[in-house]
Amino acid sequence: MKARLLAVVCVLLSMPVWAQEVKVDIKAFMFGPKDLNVPVGTKVTWVNDDEIPHTVAETHKLFRSGALDTGDSYSWVFNTPGEYEYFCALHPQMLGNIVVSQ
Amino acid sequence: MDIQAKHPLRTDAPLNPDRRTLLKCSAWAGAGVIWALSGGIPRAFALDDTGNVSDPKALASTFHFVQISDSHIGFNKEANPDPVKTLQVAIDKVIALPKRPSLILHTGDITHLSKPAEFDTAAQLLKALPSTVHYVPGEHDTLDEGGGKLYLERYGKGTKGNGWYSFDDHGVHFIALVNVFNFQAGHEATLGADQLAWLADDLRAVSSSTPIVVFTHIPLWTLYQPWGWGTEDGDQAIAMLRKYGSVTVLNGHIHQVIQKVEGNITFHTARGTAYPQPAPGTAPAPGPMTVPADQLRNYLGITDVRATQGEHPLALIDSTLV
Repeated sequence: MKARLLAVVCVLLSMPVWAQEVKVDIKAFMFGPKDLNVPVGTKVTWVNDDEIPHTVAETHKLFRSGALDTGDSYSWVFNTPGEYEYFCALHPQMLGNIVVSQ
Repeated sequence: MDIQAKHPLRTDAPLNPDRRTLLKCSAWAGAGVIWALSGGIPRAFALDDTGNVSDPKALASTFHFVQISDSHIGFNKEANPDPVKTLQVAIDKVIALPKRPSLILHTGDITHLSKPAEFDTAAQLLKALPSTVHYVPGEHDTLDEGGGKLYLERYGKGTKGNGWYSFDDHGVHFIALVNVFNFQAGHEATLGADQLAWLADDLRAVSSSTPIVVFTHIPLWTLYQPWGWGTEDGDQAIAMLRKYGSVTVLNGHIHQVIQKVEGNITFHTARGTAYPQPAPGTAPAPGPMTVPADQLRNYLGITDVRATQGEHPLALIDSTLV
Protein backbone atom coordinates (compact mmCIF):
# COMPACT_ATOMS: atom_id res chain seq x y z
CA MET A 1 0.00 0.00 0.00
CA LYS A 2 2.75 2.39 1.00
CA ALA A 3 4.69 1.49 -2.14
CA ARG A 4 1.66 2.19 -4.30
CA LEU A 5 1.15 5.60 -2.65
CA LEU A 6 4.81 6.39 -3.19
CA ALA A 7 4.42 5.42 -6.84
CA VAL A 8 1.45 7.77 -7.24
CA VAL A 9 3.36 10.61 -5.59
CA CYS A 10 6.32 9.93 -7.84
CA VAL A 11 4.09 10.03 -10.93
CA LEU A 12 2.53 13.31 -9.75
CA LEU A 13 5.92 14.89 -9.12
CA SER A 14 7.29 13.79 -12.45
CA MET A 15 4.28 15.06 -14.38
CA PRO A 16 5.17 17.91 -16.71
CA VAL A 17 4.08 21.26 -15.38
CA TRP A 18 2.16 22.06 -18.58
CA ALA A 19 -0.93 21.15 -16.67
CA GLN A 20 -0.67 24.44 -14.75
CA GLU A 21 -3.07 27.20 -15.62
CA VAL A 22 -3.02 30.79 -14.42
CA LYS A 23 -5.69 33.44 -14.82
CA VAL A 24 -5.01 37.14 -15.32
CA ASP A 25 -7.90 39.52 -14.69
CA ILE A 26 -8.27 42.64 -16.81
CA LYS A 27 -10.04 45.17 -14.64
CA ALA A 28 -10.05 48.97 -14.26
CA PHE A 29 -7.58 49.25 -17.18
CA MET A 30 -5.04 47.02 -15.41
CA PHE A 31 -3.71 43.48 -15.76
CA GLY A 32 -3.97 41.66 -12.44
CA PRO A 33 -1.49 40.44 -11.47
CA LYS A 34 0.67 42.76 -13.53
CA ASP A 35 3.79 40.67 -12.90
CA LEU A 36 3.73 36.91 -13.04
CA ASN A 37 6.32 34.14 -12.56
CA VAL A 38 5.33 30.79 -14.05
CA PRO A 39 7.04 27.49 -14.91
CA VAL A 40 7.50 26.47 -18.53
CA GLY A 41 4.34 25.01 -20.03
CA THR A 42 1.93 27.24 -18.12
CA LYS A 43 -1.25 28.23 -19.88
CA VAL A 44 -2.12 31.84 -19.06
CA THR A 45 -5.71 32.96 -19.61
CA TRP A 46 -6.65 36.62 -19.64
CA VAL A 47 -10.28 37.48 -18.87
CA ASN A 48 -11.69 40.95 -19.52
CA ASP A 49 -13.83 42.15 -16.61
CA ASP A 50 -14.04 45.75 -17.87
CA GLU A 51 -16.95 47.33 -19.70
CA ILE A 52 -14.50 48.43 -22.39
CA PRO A 53 -12.76 46.10 -24.85
CA HIS A 54 -9.08 45.37 -24.32
CA THR A 55 -6.45 43.29 -26.08
CA VAL A 56 -3.42 41.27 -25.00
CA ALA A 57 -0.42 41.95 -27.25
CA GLU A 58 3.13 40.72 -26.71
CA THR A 59 5.55 43.58 -27.32
CA HIS A 60 7.39 41.69 -30.07
CA LYS A 61 4.17 40.40 -31.61
CA LEU A 62 4.78 36.81 -30.43
CA PHE A 63 1.08 36.66 -29.60
CA ARG A 64 -1.76 39.11 -30.03
CA SER A 65 -5.40 38.62 -29.10
CA GLY A 66 -8.30 40.12 -30.96
CA ALA A 67 -10.53 42.62 -29.18
CA LEU A 68 -11.82 41.10 -25.95
CA ASP A 69 -15.25 42.40 -25.03
CA THR A 70 -16.60 42.10 -21.49
CA GLY A 71 -16.29 38.47 -20.34
CA ASP A 72 -14.17 37.39 -23.32
CA SER A 73 -10.93 35.52 -22.69
CA TYR A 74 -7.69 34.71 -24.48
CA SER A 75 -5.07 32.07 -23.67
CA TRP A 76 -1.42 31.49 -24.50
CA VAL A 77 0.79 28.57 -23.47
CA PHE A 78 4.34 29.61 -22.55
CA ASN A 79 6.61 26.79 -23.77
CA THR A 80 9.89 28.71 -23.82
CA PRO A 81 11.66 30.17 -20.78
CA GLY A 82 12.23 33.89 -20.85
CA GLU A 83 10.71 37.25 -20.02
CA TYR A 84 7.62 38.37 -21.90
CA GLU A 85 6.24 41.90 -21.87
CA TYR A 86 2.76 42.56 -23.11
CA PHE A 87 0.30 45.45 -23.30
CA CYS A 88 -3.20 46.36 -24.41
CA ALA A 89 -2.97 47.50 -28.03
CA LEU A 90 -5.92 49.84 -27.43
CA HIS A 91 -4.70 51.32 -24.14
CA PRO A 92 -0.92 51.04 -24.36
CA GLN A 93 -0.46 52.41 -20.85
CA MET A 94 -1.72 48.99 -19.66
CA LEU A 95 1.40 46.85 -19.24
CA GLY A 96 2.06 43.32 -18.00
CA ASN A 97 5.11 41.10 -17.55
CA ILE A 98 5.52 37.34 -17.38
CA VAL A 99 8.73 35.54 -16.43
CA VAL A 100 8.78 31.91 -17.57
CA SER A 101 11.34 29.66 -15.91
CA GLN A 102 12.34 25.96 -16.16
CA MET B 1 3.83 79.78 -22.36
CA ASP B 2 1.09 81.42 -20.34
CA ILE B 3 -1.08 79.95 -17.64
CA GLN B 4 -3.76 78.95 -20.09
CA ALA B 5 -1.25 77.02 -22.13
CA LYS B 6 -0.03 75.08 -19.13
CA HIS B 7 -3.41 74.19 -17.71
CA PRO B 8 -6.21 72.92 -19.89
CA LEU B 9 -9.29 75.07 -19.51
CA ARG B 10 -12.30 73.03 -18.55
CA THR B 11 -15.46 74.70 -19.63
CA ASP B 12 -17.28 73.09 -16.71
CA ALA B 13 -14.62 73.97 -14.12
CA PRO B 14 -13.15 77.24 -15.27
CA LEU B 15 -10.23 79.08 -13.77
CA ASN B 16 -11.30 82.68 -13.67
CA PRO B 17 -14.21 83.95 -11.60
CA ASP B 18 -15.95 85.84 -14.42
CA ARG B 19 -16.10 82.76 -16.55
CA ARG B 20 -17.16 80.70 -13.58
CA THR B 21 -20.12 82.98 -13.00
CA LEU B 22 -20.92 82.88 -16.67
CA LEU B 23 -20.75 79.13 -16.87
CA LYS B 24 -22.81 78.72 -13.75
CA CYS B 25 -25.55 80.62 -15.56
CA SER B 26 -25.27 78.53 -18.67
CA ALA B 27 -25.17 75.32 -16.67
CA TRP B 28 -28.30 76.42 -14.92
CA ALA B 29 -29.90 76.93 -18.32
CA GLY B 30 -28.74 73.43 -19.20
CA ALA B 31 -27.47 74.74 -22.50
CA GLY B 32 -23.77 75.46 -22.87
CA VAL B 33 -21.43 78.19 -23.83
CA ILE B 34 -20.17 79.73 -27.02
CA TRP B 35 -16.49 80.48 -27.44
CA ALA B 36 -15.75 83.20 -29.95
CA LEU B 37 -12.08 83.35 -30.89
CA SER B 38 -10.34 86.49 -31.94
CA GLY B 39 -6.61 86.40 -32.52
CA GLY B 40 -6.39 83.21 -30.50
CA ILE B 41 -8.07 84.74 -27.45
CA PRO B 42 -11.29 82.95 -26.59
CA ARG B 43 -14.25 85.01 -25.49
CA ALA B 44 -17.12 83.27 -23.86
CA PHE B 45 -20.72 84.23 -24.48
CA ALA B 46 -23.52 82.86 -22.33
CA LEU B 47 -26.44 81.05 -23.82
CA ASP B 48 -29.86 82.13 -22.65
CA ASP B 49 -32.65 79.91 -21.29
CA THR B 50 -33.65 78.78 -24.74
CA GLY B 51 -30.10 77.89 -25.73
CA ASN B 52 -29.59 80.95 -27.92
CA VAL B 53 -26.57 83.21 -27.75
CA SER B 54 -27.46 86.47 -26.06
CA ASP B 55 -24.91 88.50 -28.04
CA PRO B 56 -25.76 88.31 -31.75
CA LYS B 57 -22.19 89.34 -32.65
CA ALA B 58 -21.03 85.89 -31.64
CA LEU B 59 -23.25 84.36 -34.27
CA ALA B 60 -22.55 86.72 -37.15
CA SER B 61 -21.06 83.89 -39.11
CA THR B 62 -20.99 83.14 -42.79
CA PHE B 63 -20.87 79.42 -42.29
CA HIS B 64 -20.88 76.85 -39.57
CA PHE B 65 -20.23 73.17 -39.15
CA VAL B 66 -20.99 70.56 -36.52
CA GLN B 67 -18.79 68.06 -34.70
CA ILE B 68 -20.24 64.73 -33.55
CA SER B 69 -18.09 62.21 -31.69
CA ASP B 70 -17.88 58.87 -29.92
CA SER B 71 -21.17 57.29 -30.95
CA HIS B 72 -19.99 53.82 -29.75
CA ILE B 73 -22.78 51.98 -31.55
CA GLY B 74 -22.77 48.47 -30.03
CA PHE B 75 -22.06 49.57 -26.45
CA ASN B 76 -24.82 48.22 -24.20
CA LYS B 77 -23.65 48.55 -20.60
CA GLU B 78 -25.20 50.39 -17.68
CA ALA B 79 -23.62 53.75 -18.54
CA ASN B 80 -25.89 53.86 -21.61
CA PRO B 81 -27.82 50.75 -22.64
CA ASP B 82 -28.99 52.43 -25.87
CA PRO B 83 -26.41 54.61 -27.69
CA VAL B 84 -28.53 54.31 -30.87
CA LYS B 85 -31.20 56.39 -29.19
CA THR B 86 -28.77 59.08 -27.96
CA LEU B 87 -27.08 59.30 -31.39
CA GLN B 88 -30.54 59.78 -32.87
CA VAL B 89 -31.19 62.63 -30.41
CA ALA B 90 -27.91 64.25 -31.49
CA ILE B 91 -28.83 63.88 -35.17
CA ASP B 92 -32.28 65.37 -34.53
CA LYS B 93 -30.56 68.30 -32.83
CA VAL B 94 -28.41 68.92 -35.91
CA ILE B 95 -31.45 68.66 -38.21
CA ALA B 96 -33.26 71.18 -36.00
CA LEU B 97 -30.51 73.84 -36.24
CA PRO B 98 -31.90 77.09 -37.65
CA LYS B 99 -29.28 77.06 -40.39
CA ARG B 100 -28.09 73.89 -42.09
CA PRO B 101 -24.40 73.24 -41.27
CA SER B 102 -22.02 73.37 -44.25
CA LEU B 103 -20.50 70.10 -43.20
CA ILE B 104 -20.27 67.69 -40.27
CA LEU B 105 -17.17 66.15 -38.68
CA HIS B 106 -17.33 62.81 -36.87
CA THR B 107 -14.24 62.49 -34.69
CA GLY B 108 -14.25 58.72 -34.30
CA ASP B 109 -15.44 55.73 -32.29
CA ILE B 110 -18.41 55.45 -34.59
CA THR B 111 -18.73 51.85 -33.36
CA HIS B 112 -17.80 50.14 -30.11
CA LEU B 113 -16.33 46.88 -31.45
CA SER B 114 -15.94 47.48 -35.22
CA LYS B 115 -18.55 44.83 -36.03
CA PRO B 116 -20.06 45.05 -39.54
CA ALA B 117 -23.56 45.33 -38.03
CA GLU B 118 -22.43 48.23 -35.84
CA PHE B 119 -21.00 50.09 -38.84
CA ASP B 120 -24.26 49.39 -40.71
CA THR B 121 -26.46 50.70 -37.89
CA ALA B 122 -24.33 53.83 -37.52
CA ALA B 123 -24.38 54.50 -41.27
CA GLN B 124 -28.17 54.06 -41.37
CA LEU B 125 -28.58 56.66 -38.61
CA LEU B 126 -25.92 59.11 -39.81
CA LYS B 127 -27.25 59.28 -43.35
CA ALA B 128 -30.18 61.29 -41.97
CA LEU B 129 -27.77 64.17 -41.28
CA PRO B 130 -28.43 67.16 -43.52
CA SER B 131 -24.81 67.67 -44.69
CA THR B 132 -21.77 65.69 -45.82
CA VAL B 133 -20.04 63.93 -42.91
CA HIS B 134 -16.23 63.75 -42.81
CA TYR B 135 -14.83 60.98 -40.62
CA VAL B 136 -11.69 60.02 -38.75
CA PRO B 137 -11.42 56.62 -37.04
CA GLY B 138 -11.30 56.05 -33.29
CA GLU B 139 -9.46 53.06 -31.84
CA HIS B 140 -12.83 51.32 -31.40
CA ASP B 141 -13.22 51.46 -35.20
CA THR B 142 -10.06 49.37 -35.71
CA LEU B 143 -11.04 46.26 -33.72
CA ASP B 144 -11.95 44.04 -36.68
CA GLU B 145 -9.61 41.20 -37.66
CA GLY B 146 -8.17 43.36 -40.41
CA GLY B 147 -7.20 46.01 -37.84
CA GLY B 148 -9.22 48.87 -39.33
CA LYS B 149 -9.95 47.32 -42.75
CA LEU B 150 -13.72 47.62 -42.31
CA TYR B 151 -13.47 51.31 -41.44
CA LEU B 152 -11.12 52.06 -44.34
CA GLU B 153 -13.29 50.15 -46.83
CA ARG B 154 -16.24 52.27 -45.79
CA TYR B 155 -14.70 55.68 -45.11
CA GLY B 156 -11.15 55.55 -46.45
CA LYS B 157 -11.77 56.14 -50.15
CA GLY B 158 -9.52 58.88 -51.49
CA THR B 159 -7.56 59.14 -48.23
CA LYS B 160 -3.87 58.56 -47.60
CA GLY B 161 -2.20 56.00 -45.32
CA ASN B 162 -4.58 54.86 -42.59
CA GLY B 163 -7.24 57.38 -43.59
CA TRP B 164 -5.77 60.88 -43.32
CA TYR B 165 -6.78 63.64 -45.77
CA SER B 166 -7.47 67.34 -46.15
CA PHE B 167 -10.03 69.50 -47.95
CA ASP B 168 -11.13 73.13 -48.22
CA ASP B 169 -14.55 74.57 -47.46
CA HIS B 170 -15.57 78.25 -47.29
CA GLY B 171 -11.93 79.29 -47.22
CA VAL B 172 -11.11 77.07 -44.22
CA HIS B 173 -8.52 74.30 -44.65
CA PHE B 174 -9.68 71.11 -42.90
CA ILE B 175 -7.10 68.45 -41.98
CA ALA B 176 -8.15 64.96 -40.85
CA LEU B 177 -5.39 63.25 -38.87
CA VAL B 178 -5.40 59.62 -37.72
CA ASN B 179 -3.80 58.58 -34.41
CA VAL B 180 -5.37 55.22 -33.58
CA PHE B 181 -3.02 52.82 -35.37
CA ASN B 182 0.28 51.20 -34.32
CA PHE B 183 0.04 51.70 -30.58
CA GLN B 184 3.32 50.91 -28.81
CA ALA B 185 3.61 49.53 -25.27
CA GLY B 186 3.84 52.29 -22.68
CA HIS B 187 3.48 55.07 -25.23
CA GLU B 188 0.75 57.55 -26.10
CA ALA B 189 -0.94 57.51 -29.49
CA THR B 190 1.14 58.45 -32.53
CA LEU B 191 0.65 60.03 -35.94
CA GLY B 192 3.81 58.45 -37.33
CA ALA B 193 6.55 59.74 -39.64
CA ASP B 194 4.60 59.12 -42.87
CA GLN B 195 1.62 61.16 -41.74
CA LEU B 196 3.80 63.99 -40.41
CA ALA B 197 5.65 64.13 -43.74
CA TRP B 198 2.32 64.24 -45.56
CA LEU B 199 1.12 67.05 -43.25
CA ALA B 200 4.24 69.14 -43.91
CA ASP B 201 3.67 68.69 -47.64
CA ASP B 202 -0.06 69.44 -47.39
CA LEU B 203 0.57 72.71 -45.52
CA ARG B 204 3.07 73.92 -48.12
CA ALA B 205 0.25 75.26 -50.30
CA VAL B 206 -1.72 76.81 -47.42
CA SER B 207 -1.14 80.50 -46.71
CA SER B 208 -0.62 81.56 -43.09
CA SER B 209 -3.81 83.66 -43.18
CA THR B 210 -5.98 80.64 -43.99
CA PRO B 211 -8.02 79.44 -41.00
CA ILE B 212 -7.19 75.81 -40.25
CA VAL B 213 -9.31 73.17 -38.57
CA VAL B 214 -7.53 69.96 -37.58
CA PHE B 215 -9.68 67.07 -36.43
CA THR B 216 -8.49 63.79 -34.98
CA HIS B 217 -9.80 61.23 -32.49
CA ILE B 218 -7.35 61.15 -29.56
CA PRO B 219 -6.38 64.61 -28.28
CA LEU B 220 -3.40 65.91 -30.26
CA TRP B 221 -1.95 67.41 -27.06
CA THR B 222 -1.14 65.45 -23.92
CA LEU B 223 -4.22 65.96 -21.85
CA TYR B 224 -3.61 63.23 -19.26
CA GLN B 225 -0.66 60.94 -19.78
CA PRO B 226 -1.50 58.27 -17.15
CA TRP B 227 -4.67 57.46 -19.09
CA GLY B 228 -2.98 57.69 -22.48
CA TRP B 229 -5.01 60.79 -23.36
CA GLY B 230 -2.53 62.35 -25.74
CA THR B 231 -0.52 62.01 -28.95
CA GLU B 232 3.19 61.51 -28.46
CA ASP B 233 4.32 63.13 -31.71
CA GLY B 234 1.39 65.57 -31.76
CA ASP B 235 3.77 68.41 -30.84
CA GLN B 236 5.50 67.94 -34.20
CA ALA B 237 2.18 68.55 -35.98
CA ILE B 238 1.41 71.49 -33.67
CA ALA B 239 4.83 73.03 -34.44
CA MET B 240 3.92 73.06 -38.14
CA LEU B 241 0.68 74.90 -37.34
CA ARG B 242 2.10 77.69 -35.17
CA LYS B 243 2.66 80.16 -38.00
CA TYR B 244 -1.02 80.15 -38.95
CA GLY B 245 -3.28 82.93 -37.71
CA SER B 246 -6.21 80.75 -36.68
CA VAL B 247 -5.96 77.06 -35.85
CA THR B 248 -8.68 75.01 -34.21
CA VAL B 249 -7.89 71.44 -33.14
CA LEU B 250 -10.97 69.29 -32.53
CA ASN B 251 -10.82 65.90 -30.81
CA GLY B 252 -13.06 63.27 -29.27
CA HIS B 253 -12.04 60.17 -27.28
CA ILE B 254 -12.47 61.53 -23.75
CA HIS B 255 -16.26 62.04 -23.82
CA GLN B 256 -16.21 65.46 -22.15
CA VAL B 257 -15.48 69.06 -23.05
CA ILE B 258 -11.96 70.23 -22.27
CA GLN B 259 -10.35 73.21 -23.95
CA LYS B 260 -7.05 75.05 -23.91
CA VAL B 261 -5.51 77.86 -25.90
CA GLU B 262 -1.87 78.09 -26.92
CA GLY B 263 -1.01 81.16 -28.98
CA ASN B 264 -3.26 81.10 -32.04
CA ILE B 265 -4.15 77.46 -31.54
CA THR B 266 -7.33 76.44 -29.74
CA PHE B 267 -7.62 72.82 -28.64
CA HIS B 268 -11.08 71.52 -27.98
CA THR B 269 -12.42 68.06 -27.26
CA ALA B 270 -16.12 67.34 -27.68
CA ARG B 271 -18.64 65.37 -25.70
CA GLY B 272 -19.61 62.01 -27.12
CA THR B 273 -23.13 60.83 -27.88
CA ALA B 274 -22.83 57.49 -26.03
CA TYR B 275 -21.60 57.67 -22.42
CA PRO B 276 -19.61 60.02 -20.17
CA GLN B 277 -16.11 59.35 -18.80
CA PRO B 278 -14.59 60.73 -15.61
CA ALA B 279 -12.57 63.93 -15.58
CA PRO B 280 -8.81 63.25 -15.79
CA GLY B 281 -7.46 61.77 -12.58
CA THR B 282 -10.79 61.81 -10.72
CA ALA B 283 -11.22 58.04 -10.95
CA PRO B 284 -8.83 55.07 -10.85
CA ALA B 285 -9.40 54.39 -14.56
CA PRO B 286 -11.00 56.08 -17.56
CA GLY B 287 -13.93 53.69 -18.24
CA PRO B 288 -17.61 54.48 -18.80
CA MET B 289 -19.08 56.60 -16.00
CA THR B 290 -22.58 55.71 -14.90
CA VAL B 291 -24.75 58.69 -14.00
CA PRO B 292 -28.45 58.67 -13.07
CA ALA B 293 -30.43 57.81 -16.21
CA ASP B 294 -32.33 61.10 -16.15
CA GLN B 295 -28.99 62.96 -16.07
CA LEU B 296 -27.29 61.11 -18.93
CA ARG B 297 -28.15 63.58 -21.68
CA ASN B 298 -26.51 66.38 -19.69
CA TYR B 299 -23.21 64.56 -20.28
CA LEU B 300 -23.68 63.91 -24.00
CA GLY B 301 -23.69 66.45 -26.77
CA ILE B 302 -22.50 67.98 -29.99
CA THR B 303 -20.30 70.94 -30.90
CA ASP B 304 -21.30 73.64 -33.37
CA VAL B 305 -18.45 75.68 -34.88
CA ARG B 306 -19.13 79.02 -36.55
CA ALA B 307 -16.75 80.99 -38.73
CA THR B 308 -16.83 84.52 -39.99
CA GLN B 309 -15.14 84.97 -43.31
CA GLY B 310 -12.57 87.72 -43.77
CA GLU B 311 -11.76 87.97 -40.08
CA HIS B 312 -10.86 84.64 -38.53
CA PRO B 313 -12.80 83.99 -35.42
CA LEU B 314 -14.22 80.51 -35.03
CA ALA B 315 -16.86 80.14 -32.36
CA LEU B 316 -17.28 76.82 -30.62
CA ILE B 317 -20.68 76.11 -29.15
CA ASP B 318 -21.08 72.98 -27.07
CA SER B 319 -24.59 71.85 -26.38
CA THR B 320 -25.82 68.85 -24.48
CA LEU B 321 -28.52 66.45 -25.65
CA VAL B 322 -31.05 67.78 -23.15
